[in-house]
Amino acid sequence: MEPHEEKPIIYTMENKPIVTCAGDQNLFTALYGSLTQQLPREPMEWRRSYGRAPKMIYLEANFVQFKEELLPKEGNKALLTFPFLHIYWTDCCDTEVYKASVKEDMQRWQAALRLHGSVDWLIAVVESDNKKKNKTNILPRTSIVDKIRNDFCNKQSDRCVSLCDPLKESSRSQESWSSFLMKLRTLLLMSFTRNLGRFEDDMRTLREKRTEPGWSFCDYFMVQEELAFVFEMLQQFEEALVQYDELDALFTQYVLNFGAGDGANWLGSFCQPVRSWNGLLLRRPIDMEKRDLIQRGEASLLDLRSYLFSRQCTLLIFLQRPWEVTARALELLHNCVQELRLLEVSVVSGALDCWVFLSCLEVLHRIEGCCDRSQLEANSSHTVGLWTYATEKLRSLGDLCGLVSENGPNSEDLNKTVDLLAGLGAERPETGNYDEITPYKKLKEALSSVEAFEKHYLVSVRSLGDPQSAENFLLDSLKSYVSESWSLPLTHTRKQIAECQKQLQKMDEYLQTSALLASDTNLSDEERRHFCQEILTFASQTAEGKGQQKDARVALSMSSVTRLQELCFRPSSALVHVSAALLLELRLCSLMPVPVTLEHISASIHFTEEQPGSTAQKRAAQNPDGTVTFPAASPASASALELCEMLEHSPSDNTLSSAGLACRNMHLLMRRNDSATSLDTPNTALTALALEDGAQMLRASDVTLSPGNNSIVFTAPPGVYTLRQLCATLGRVQLVLPHLYPVVQYEVYSQEPQLSIQPLTVSHLVCVVVSEHLLAGLPQQVKFTILTGHYSVKKGDALQLSNTDSMPVLHSSTRSARILSSSAELVAESALSIQSSEKVTSISLPVTPPYHTLEFLLDVLCHIPSCPARMESERLTNGQISHRTRSRTRFNSGMTLIDQKVSVDCPWSIYSTLVSLTFHVPFKVKHSLLSVGRRKFIQVCLQNVSDTNFRLTNQTLTENQHTPSLELQQCVFSVWELRWSGVSPVSLHCEFSASFAPADAPDAALKPYRYHFTLERVSIRPAEGEQDCRTGALCRLEVSLTRLSEPSDSDEEYSDTDGLRTTRLLYEVIDNNSNWAVCGKSSGVVSMPVAAMATHKVHMEVMPLFAGHLPFPSIRLFKYLPHHASPVIPPDTDSCLENDSLSLDDQAETASLRSRGSVQSLGSGESAQPRGPMPKRQAFGPGQVFNGTQGQQVLVLPAADHHLMEVNVT
Amino acid sequence: FLICVAIRANYPLYIRSVPTQGELKFHYTVHTSLDVVEEKISGVGKALADQRELYLGLLYPTEDYKVYGYVTNSKVKFVIVVDSSNTSLRDNEIRSMFRKLHNSFTDVMCNPFYNPGDPIQSKAFDSIVSTMMVQAC
Repeated sequence: MEPHEEKPIIYTMENKPIVTCAGDQNLFTALYGSLTQQLPREPMEWRRSYGRAPKMIYLEANFVQFKEELLPKEGNKALLTFPFLHIYWTDCCDTEVYKASVKEDMQRWQAALRLHGSVDWLIAVVESDNKKKNKTNILPRTSIVDKIRNDFCNKQSDRCVSLCDPLKESSRSQESWSSFLMKLRTLLLMSFTRNLGRFEDDMRTLREKRTEPGWSFCDYFMVQEELAFVFEMLQQFEEALVQYDELDALFTQYVLNFGAGDGANWLGSFCQPVRSWNGLLLRRPIDMEKRDLIQRGEASLLDLRSYLFSRQCTLLIFLQRPWEVTARALELLHNCVQELRLLEVSVVSGALDCWVFLSCLEVLHRIEGCCDRSQLEANSSHTVGLWTYATEKLRSLGDLCGLVSENGPNSEDLNKTVDLLAGLGAERPETGNYDEITPYKKLKEALSSVEAFEKHYLVSVRSLGDPQSAENFLLDSLKSYVSESWSLPLTHTRKQIAECQKQLQKMDEYLQTSALLASDTNLSDEERRHFCQEILTFASQTAEGKGQQKDARVALSMSSVTRLQELCFRPSSALVHVSAALLLELRLCSLMPVPVTLEHISASIHFTEEQPGSTAQKRAAQNPDGTVTFPAASPASASALELCEMLEHSPSDNTLSSAGLACRNMHLLMRRNDSATSLDTPNTALTALALEDGAQMLRASDVTLSPGNNSIVFTAPPGVYTLRQLCATLGRVQLVLPHLYPVVQYEVYSQEPQLSIQPLTVSHLVCVVVSEHLLAGLPQQVKFTILTGHYSVKKGDALQLSNTDSMPVLHSSTRSARILSSSAELVAESALSIQSSEKVTSISLPVTPPYHTLEFLLDVLCHIPSCPARMESERLTNGQISHRTRSRTRFNSGMTLIDQKVSVDCPWSIYSTLVSLTFHVPFKVKHSLLSVGRRKFIQVCLQNVSDTNFRLTNQTLTENQHTPSLELQQCVFSVWELRWSGVSPVSLHCEFSASFAPADAPDAALKPYRYHFTLERVSIRPAEGEQDCRTGALCRLEVSLTRLSEPSDSDEEYSDTDGLRTTRLLYEVIDNNSNWAVCGKSSGVVSMPVAAMATHKVHMEVMPLFAGHLPFPSIRLFKYLPHHASPVIPPDTDSCLENDSLSLDDQAETASLRSRGSVQSLGSGESAQPRGPMPKRQAFGPGQVFNGTQGQQVLVLPAADHHLMEVNVT
Repeated sequence: FLICVAIRANYPLYIRSVPTQGELKFHYTVHTSLDVVEEKISGVGKALADQRELYLGLLYPTEDYKVYGYVTNSKVKFVIVVDSSNTSLRDNEIRSMFRKLHNSFTDVMCNPFYNPGDPIQSKAFDSIVSTMMVQAC
């Protein structure tokens, strides 16, 4: 073992395997240079035992002169000094010389080797031409080699090699060199394998004995380390490291077993109290001091660990793995502390801290020594652990020695410091060779004085000393704790911040933080009270230094102290008129630990310029009971997705075309996190706490907020307002809640006066329930309701009703008006006077205060128009439509409605109010013309469609008098016969009149009912001077089509213009009862001029088939739509085209008689004939066509007698 | 002592320690160790072969306790902190503890009434953690 003290820091292994050289020393000396140079040039594959992977290694050797002392003695296990190969050098080429001296020398050499059991030898015979030339007559040189082989290498011919002209530059020389080196390497490796294998076997045996009582770890340590040394020597650092790791693991296992109660005897030496804590020493490759301690079995645990680690560190640095050193170092330091605890080794308090501190710095120093700066910075993650650990330890040392206390160290502390410094021992010389400050010096200095400690401590923990920068750091970490909702670290960090802010006199921030802390449930009650008190104290201070503090008030976020839970409106609609009271109740949950008395609390409100009523949708957040619940704000819920369903239907057939989810609050979630300011961080919140100045306020004074729920009541001013901010004043401190969300609005409104007129449900006059509608023709009561709103009705104010003829206002005795308050309570009842002039009815109103309701009743009568509007079910009548009253039909009841407009002038408005009243005509009247032979009757049917019973008298058409009573839904039929002399009139205007009254009313109440109607062409044209038609004879049929009224202007299909506006009509003569045979064309298209009473006549021939009174053939009329007209034409109900009459002229003349069949076939052929673009025919609506000959008959006489006979015969 | 945490995107969903004193320190420790988890995950991402291994091993050794980490495929992090004097807990035991935690966590997530992101309040999860803590201490 060579001493290593003079080795440089970057240690290169100087040990090489030893090869001894015997024989001709001069010869060897000549060759030595090239041999050592050439041996490591090429790698050799080293095959290993136990299945270990083969390795390529470069061999080197330390050639020493052979001495017998070098050979290992029995039992010596040292491997480093073990000669792995013995070479005998000779350049003898003379047989004589060989026999004389060399052979003998070789034999002696061999005997010595054999004595020590060494089988690794080689005989090298060097041949040179120089010598050969000198002795030309000698035996060929091979014979010497042969001889040697013969003498020494029985069966091992490779143990003897020859080397030709080694000092010459010839190819032969090269060749022989390379084969020689090859042999040398092979033999060296063989020797390694054999010797190391044997060594490992021995070592393993020794390890197996570890359970035996006398076994010592230290002895075993030395053995295995020897192996590690050899591997290191062979540059197999990996292998060497494995050896140390195995030792490490073995030791660790023993310590753990000890902890489990299985203590080995040898561990006792490691359990001695720690006396020295001078840290790791990594500068030297081998710390011989410690190694000696181990060898002597006197090492402490720290010594062993330190030594082991220093070796591992050395090897790792050889392996270019410096970052593993840091990781392992941290692990080692932690582990050692644990092991000392586990083994219950007594340690001076602080000693371990010293050891760890020194060790950390030593490792870092070592790493810095072998890496450049950029590498270090890139790998700071590996070193940071050590730095923190060192910092921690220094800090705890400072605590221990009283170096961080305010008063400085006391005597006890100083004693401790002295003890600790003693344990450090003297600085060892090898670390003191440098000018730089070693860890040892650092620690010593740090412990010696408070100032030095602070200096050193602050170097490692650079900026934490300064509260300003500390606050910034803390705020940074606070932000991450807040955003990730770690409550405990959050509270702790906030506490630290509070301290910094207090030191910095940042009062605003400090109070804000205090407010948050005071409401923090993670803190104890006492701490919370403390912070709360801080706020209260500040609040109660009067702002003394007014000059320096302009704004003495401090605004804090209210959300940190209280939570707004609910807001409640009374009344619940949050909608009242001006003079009523609207109460607003706030429910605040105070998070403060103590009750806080607020001077006043105010809510600022913002006038919303919106139409009243439109706010209704905006108040979605308000529950029907008038409460608004505010969600508890938490960072987690704020970032939750608000998803809503999205369904898209295709516009054509309403089928679902897509479905999806949409995120409503994407704009919140997608924004960058770091730019988003959190309300909880006090410094950002403060900027947002600007009070809205000049805004209107709701105020409540002297409110005490006790911990838990509180409720505060406000009264609201008029207007539509949105709540914006909440502000609580507490001395100089204002607690502000900058935004209220969801939006809360209330409305205190002012209303315009309103007038409404409604039918009264109960008629006082007749005491009959009139179901919700007014009846025409009878006096009806209507109710006037006036909501006064903001207008107060003064004395002399009157309503002016404009009179109309169709609806007079009936005078009655003085009526009373009722005045109701807004809550529908009767306030007063007063008389009402009505004056009526020719045009205006004036109603003077009683004095009524604003926001009250004025009600009174009025009797009106609506005259039934004598010409009721045509009804759809009826055949068309020619009734005149009243232009003043618009009528329409209620299909369900069959009642005719009359809308009566009343114009009212109100005192509060310069404009007239138009009120529409709807009256129902209680009757439905129907007339029809009945024929019996040549006698005609007119039937008038009067039907009661209302809910009221009526008495009916004086029906007159002629002079008949009846007095039937008309029950509900009952019909009264009256029939009159119609006779005339001479030519019948074209149209007959009739009037039906009757008197009616509700059934239980006196006769005086009878009201006239008139019904005008017109019969159009009730003419039956008798044969004009001709005899009757006869069967079998052709007769002329004249079809006369008359338009009775002009079509309404909107009908475009009628305006086919060719000079004259015409309409095309399709007529068809069909006889379904087989009475008639139509000869010739049975159908055709005619053009009707668009003018009232336009008549178009068509002549055709028909033949009666039977005798007797035959009905006329039926004639059907259609609108004829040319193909170019639009295919879909809405049925036109208003068009008034009528087919009025057709006349049949008998004709004696015989015309071409066509069979009925042919006519039919023609008709059918015509209808079946396909046309290109099909013209369409469209039927008239019911009531549009009046058939003038409906029900008429024509007398047909039988044909000649023979014909009859013929009939009889058949 | 032992502490168990389930964390999603650095939000603690569940955190419990036995004993409760010094909880603050553990919270700090756990929060710090999340950075190491992050580092390890990004490291694992490079080596495709390692992707199935959810157990991250020892994250953050300190003098007094050891922090172990585990991360699910959906990047939910589990952290277990044990006293470093507790030598009975080897890697394998920790690994199986994590697996149990993960299974129970999956059950919690399968609960339709659980709102993702909320702190875990499941009794089943709690009892699993409790039994682990009893075993370990």
